[in-house]
Amino acid sequence: MSTAPNTPYGVMETEFRAKRAVGRKLLVPYITGGYPGWQDAVRACAAAGADAIEIGIPFSDPVMDGPIIQQASQAALEGGATPVSILHEVRSLDVSVPIAVMLYYNTVHHAGHERFAAQLRSAGVVAAIVPDLPLEESGPWCAAADAAGIETVMLAAPTAPDERLPRVAARSRGFLYSVGLLGVTGERTELAATAAALAVRLKAVTDVPVLIGVGVSNAAQAKEAVQVADGVVMGASVVRRLIEGGADAVGEYIAEVRRAIDE
Amino acid sequence: MSLMAEPSATGRFGEFGGRFVPETLVPACEELEAAFIEAWADPVFRADLDHVLRTYAGRPSILTECKQLGAKLGLRLVLKREDLNHTGSHKINNVLGQALLAKRMGKKRLVAETGAGQHGVASATAAALFGMECKVYMGAVDVERQALNVFRMKLLGSEVEAVHSGSRTLKDAVNEAMRDWVATVETTHYCLGSVMGPHPYPWMVREFHRVIGQEARAQCIEEFGDVPDVVVACVGGGSNAIGIFSGFVDDRSRLVGVEPAGGAAVSRAQPGVVHGMRSYLMQDEYGQVQEAHSISAGLDYPGVGPEHSYLASIGRAEYPNVTDTEVIAAFQLMARTEGIIPALECAHAVAWIVRAAPTMQGQTVLMNLSGRGDKDVAQMMDVLSK
Repeated sequence: MSTAPNTPYGVMETEFRAKRAVGRKLLVPYITGGYPGWQDAVRACAAAGADAIEIGIPFSDPVMDGPIIQQASQAALEGGATPVSILHEVRSLDVSVPIAVMLYYNTVHHAGHERFAAQLRSAGVVAAIVPDLPLEESGPWCAAADAAGIETVMLAAPTAPDERLPRVAARSRGFLYSVGLLGVTGERTELAATAAALAVRLKAVTDVPVLIGVGVSNAAQAKEAVQVADGVVMGASVVRRLIEGGADAVGEYIAEVRRAIDE
Repeated sequence: MSLMAEPSATGRFGEFGGRFVPETLVPACEELEAAFIEAWADPVFRADLDHVLRTYAGRPSILTECKQLGAKLGLRLVLKREDLNHTGSHKINNVLGQALLAKRMGKKRLVAETGAGQHGVASATAAALFGMECKVYMGAVDVERQALNVFRMKLLGSEVEAVHSGSRTLKDAVNEAMRDWVATVETTHYCLGSVMGPHPYPWMVREFHRVIGQEARAQCIEEFGDVPDVVVACVGGGSNAIGIFSGFVDDRSRLVGVEPAGGAAVSRAQPGVVHGMRSYLMQDEYGQVQEAHSISAGLDYPGVGPEHSYLASIGRAEYPNVTDTEVIAAFQLMARTEGIIPALECAHAVAWIVRAAPTMQGQTVLMNLSGRGDKDVAQMMDVLSK
């Protein structure tokens, strides 16, 4: 088991709860695995104050992703990236914060649940986010992930009725991903009103750390989001900087967000 | 119990189907399922749908016996003429059902994906008829090869968006329609065009196309005194095939779904999960979905509806595939011998019948002619001039 010593939680959730207890807001940047320079970008995020890093395993049909992450995923695939090659490279990252992966369910389904969970574990990955695997379909994967000590982060959406949220929260490990808006990943000019509203609803029903993701697009929006949530996941705005300016631009951006949410 | 009864509570046909969608869409799928169950049991809804199918779509569609081609092949060939429906294909059956349901649910906008454009045209038509907004996503490759249908959709008042991601065909149009729906789910109904996607779509779309099989069975009994020996239809997602199979699945008739060689998901028999369902799917060694390749935009799809995977897995239906070359020959053969220009999709079914004719001598073969070939004429002019 990769449960941290003396807690009932996994590695990431234990760290997140401890940090929350001392008043630190949690910052989880997303980087598309296999995109040129992605490993340096992950290291830059860790150095700039990320609390965990989410690595995207590119899929041919990413239905929850908007144009920026689609573009990065497609470029990674065209460059020959595969789940196996990315996990192999994760092993040599040598960063001090927990690593999660974000992937679509067919990647798991095709490899086989137990086999894939074992692959994640041997790569040093502690958590997985599978955005097209809702609660009702998550049983077989969650069983395999639990057995391998992989924390499965569930997503909660603004469309969910009240009775659904505690059930989703109860199945979530690591943290609970509070989907910030109705829509796919991508930058928006303002933080949607739904972002705070859902985070408040979730905080009322769970003590699992609640992080807002999808549509948190800059430092100011991140600061706004952590007024109600325990932290933020930032994807498209990070990947755009990777595409436009490489790992250095990513590091500067994460440092800027860190300062904003620490204020 | 019929082999085509309701799916399980989780939307499974055997081990296929399910509801693999982003969390945002789960409540919408549940709401749709409840609304469909309620409407389908409501005689008023059924009467409204029946009325619009008769007085607008032109149902029932007729049977036509192909005397010349049948004699040439040594069998009795009978067509179910879904090509004669309003908008030129079977797609209108499903679209009228979904649009009526969407209206009943208070939705004001439809989104749809389309390959060849037939489902897009049908959706645009229903939106015009019922006063709804409609946006159709279509792969950029298909926008080019089906320019006529793009113009028809615009003429009907719909917006058409060319999709430039991935393989730029039907699969990517589905992705983009789903992304739209994730963002607009509160006001929008996703009018999915085949027996695919998350539960309840494969079941609901089948029920809306069941009319094809029901009519065809009664017509065959009346005209020939028996069910056909063989029932044949082309399969992309598989809606026209499910529709006609539903009339004969509990009979002795052999059921044949014909896939394009470049999109033969069932032949490969490898289950995967994409577009909300677990079904047979063309994929590489890492589970990346592969691009299908077919001369017909409507069959250019790497997956297949989950109930077809189920019927194949239990051996009740068979799914051979034919090449583009066979399809081009069959397209011309039907035009010349019968005076009927079939959609390129349906020419796949014709091509298989031609190939398998020596093994079906003297048998009655019922083929679903699910669409007319007018939309393919410009493309075929190009193909045949080479």
